[in-house]
Amino acid sequence: MTTGLFIALLILLAFLAPLTRKYLKNAAGWLYALLPLTGLVYYLSLLPDIIDGQVITETYAWIPVYGINFSFYVDGLSILFSAMVLGIGTFILIYANKYMHTYPMRSRFMGYLILFMAAMQGIVVSGNLITMFVFWELTSISSYMLIGYHHEKPESRTSALQALLITGFGGLALLGGFVLMGQPYGSYELSVLFSDPDLIRSGSLYLPALILVLLGAFTKSAQFPFHFWLPGAMVAPSPVSAFLHSATMVKAGVFLLLRLNPVMGGTEAWHIMLTAFGGFTMVMGAWLSISQTDLKKILAYTTVSALGTMVLLIGNGTQYAINAAIIFLLVHAMYKGTLFMMAGNIEKMTGTRDITKLGGLYTYMPLAAFIMTAALVSMAGIPPMLGFLGKELMYESKLMAPTVRYLLLAATFFTNMVLVFLSLRLSLDVFWGKTPQYAKTPKEPYFPLLLGPALLVMASLLLGALPGLLAGPFTAGAITATSPLHPALKLKLWHGFNTVLLLSFLTLLAGAILYRHKHAFIRFAEKINLKYFAREFSKGFYKAQNDFLVFTKLQTSRIQHGYHRFYLMTIFVVASALVWVVIWRADPIMLELNFADMPLNLVAVLALIITAALSAVVSHSRVIALVAMGVIGFGITIIFIAFSGVDLAITMVMVEVLMVILAMAVLYHLPKYTKYSDTGARMRDGLVAAVVGVFMMVLVLQAGTSQLDIPISEFFKDKSYSEAFGRNIVNVILVDFRALDTLGEITVIAIAAIGIFSMIKLTKK
Amino acid sequence: MESVILQIAARHMRPLLIILSVIVLYRGHNEPGGGFIGGLMLGAAYILYAMAFGVGKTQNRILFSPINLTALGLLIALLSGVPALLSGMPFMTGEWVTFFANSAFELKLGTPLLFDVGVFFAVAGMLMLVMFSIMEE
Repeated sequence: MTTGLFIALLILLAFLAPLTRKYLKNAAGWLYALLPLTGLVYYLSLLPDIIDGQVITETYAWIPVYGINFSFYVDGLSILFSAMVLGIGTFILIYANKYMHTYPMRSRFMGYLILFMAAMQGIVVSGNLITMFVFWELTSISSYMLIGYHHEKPESRTSALQALLITGFGGLALLGGFVLMGQPYGSYELSVLFSDPDLIRSGSLYLPALILVLLGAFTKSAQFPFHFWLPGAMVAPSPVSAFLHSATMVKAGVFLLLRLNPVMGGTEAWHIMLTAFGGFTMVMGAWLSISQTDLKKILAYTTVSALGTMVLLIGNGTQYAINAAIIFLLVHAMYKGTLFMMAGNIEKMTGTRDITKLGGLYTYMPLAAFIMTAALVSMAGIPPMLGFLGKELMYESKLMAPTVRYLLLAATFFTNMVLVFLSLRLSLDVFWGKTPQYAKTPKEPYFPLLLGPALLVMASLLLGALPGLLAGPFTAGAITATSPLHPALKLKLWHGFNTVLLLSFLTLLAGAILYRHKHAFIRFAEKINLKYFAREFSKGFYKAQNDFLVFTKLQTSRIQHGYHRFYLMTIFVVASALVWVVIWRADPIMLELNFADMPLNLVAVLALIITAALSAVVSHSRVIALVAMGVIGFGITIIFIAFSGVDLAITMVMVEVLMVILAMAVLYHLPKYTKYSDTGARMRDGLVAAVVGVFMMVLVLQAGTSQLDIPISEFFKDKSYSEAFGRNIVNVILVDFRALDTLGEITVIAIAAIGIFSMIKLTKK
Repeated sequence: MESVILQIAARHMRPLLIILSVIVLYRGHNEPGGGFIGGLMLGAAYILYAMAFGVGKTQNRILFSPINLTALGLLIALLSGVPALLSGMPFMTGEWVTFFANSAFELKLGTPLLFDVGVFFAVAGMLMLVMFSIMEE
């Protein structure tokens, strides 16, 4: 009950926030933050029950026939992620309300932010693959709104669209993967999947399902070659980056891998793909971050690198690797959330986030300097911050990696070295050193802007300093949930003098040396980038997108050529051809034509209709043709009356009258009547008309003789009055038995009418 | 095009046609008629008026603009399915209430009738929308 209710409340708040923010003003952030805070407290209170592998589930039927339900599944992993989503989310709401207080449309922004939070929370507690997919897509959509917040800037729009297209493509692949995964089980419930993981792993659907699921995870978590949307998404306001691009949205892919590890993990394919892509992304992200100068871009590339690290660790799959992945996940969320918020603060206070234009900020904002430096200490992996624990475990897992141990070790060493280098650079070059000329004198950021970073840093310190007491129990449940075979390790700060400590020390030393020679190092990185990475992925993506649009335009112009007569011809020919095939295959055609007992007056009407039809074809005047068409229409009306189809007859009269009025309104504007088509075209049209006419005749005659099923008309005759209280069967069918069809039909005519309206009104100019 | 005969006819036909269209709508459940035909008649009433007096003058006399009328009709049709949901039945299950049962004024109202009202407005609205746009050209 609680989990479903909580998400519903979050969604409700997302819609209430835009309406109420302007009355609450500065209090809005604090008030809205109460909801995620409540959720955080609730989920943390579940922690003691969850630790020994217990699970809390909830199910609401949605389409039970297909095994699709809204179900929730709360275990240790869900709680760890909920704590990150809601914990950081609480501070983000407070931060964002202050940060955005001068921006237009800030009320709507808060709504999107909360909607995103609801979607993200939905992913981490989903108990059904389809439920998860729904929330997964919701995060893509709400993040599109958030990244494209500055929608008046073209750069914002393209970045947002790029992120949406990439994660949307991944989402589609993911849906395919989920459907394949559900096949052997006949269910999409996680609990069912977990109960027999070998069923999918040994099945033939495993590999396709795995590739599709990994596409989803890799696009969301910005793995190579889809990494480029994340740096692009830095056009979003800082609260968005601090929330989506540190701890939540981009971690959704990692969450998915962790969540599915018990079912999909442990195989050769899983191991190879995750190690290869994760490892490459890790090194590449770190490398590309070196030569960046935009504070947020640096953070974005290190995020790409960190996500690669996590994917790599999950791919390793050993006890140490999973432990390291989970701890590093937590470490990263805390320091990266802080750093993004601080980057926003620095931009707000100085007007720039180019680190070459920053320096000496310590004298203006000592508190901010202290908080940011503490977060960077965690990023560099220096004790006693939690980051140290993460790095130790990472090295330890690499030393025990089953394959390519030394390559992975070298890659990890390089990445961590770059992180140390960047930590030094972001701290020393921004807060100390030469003070440039600032447009306005910077001062300490406002309290709501510092609260979140300060608390996150403190939490990181506490968790890091007391690993056995806090960090251990906090992550143990998640580790057990991720890999039941490998229990959580006992976390310690001090492992004695061993290889891992030596590696840690060497990393710091190497990073410090790089920082001493930073100018040379950065120039070196730029040179290599120019030579080998000059072709940007992002540009390649735009080119592909453009080419695709050109192709679709070409294809559309072929199919949607705009000639009404050819559309009609296509419809007629295809429809009659299809029906001809069916008639051909079915019973032999038996045309029982019996003209003997046909009333004489009907014969007269029929003769009239045929004459009118012929004269409509041969006439050289539009008015005559119109009148002839009218005669046909009224003739048919008479036939309807003769067979007591009064409703049809009335409708027909109305339609005929309106057609005449319509024609009169248009007739005046039409050009002089001339021959537009040559004889060949006329022959062709005549042939099509004949085929369609004969096909309709055969169809009607066949329908009268061949009995496919019990006619449904009997049912309607029986139930019309007894169940629907109407004696007019036609009307009862329209408004009661088949009301849904009618609803669809009137929707279609409404759309058609609006289409005609806009075509006439809007093309006038 | 100013025709006195048409103008006088249209002025008197309009209310009659409107009343007729409502009657056709209401009796549709048991006798020939219904929302679609009624809607066409309602639309025709205003189109006749527009032919006599011009589109601009007609639009001033309508409570709802054609596009809003279409939207209103769709909304009513959609909402007519909701009461069934509230009582736990599938969407659009017919629900009926009878007033003055067994008297001369027996009046049966139900969600299918409401749905028909929606069709009535939607059809009339779209007819006017198309006709007025073309006639204004």
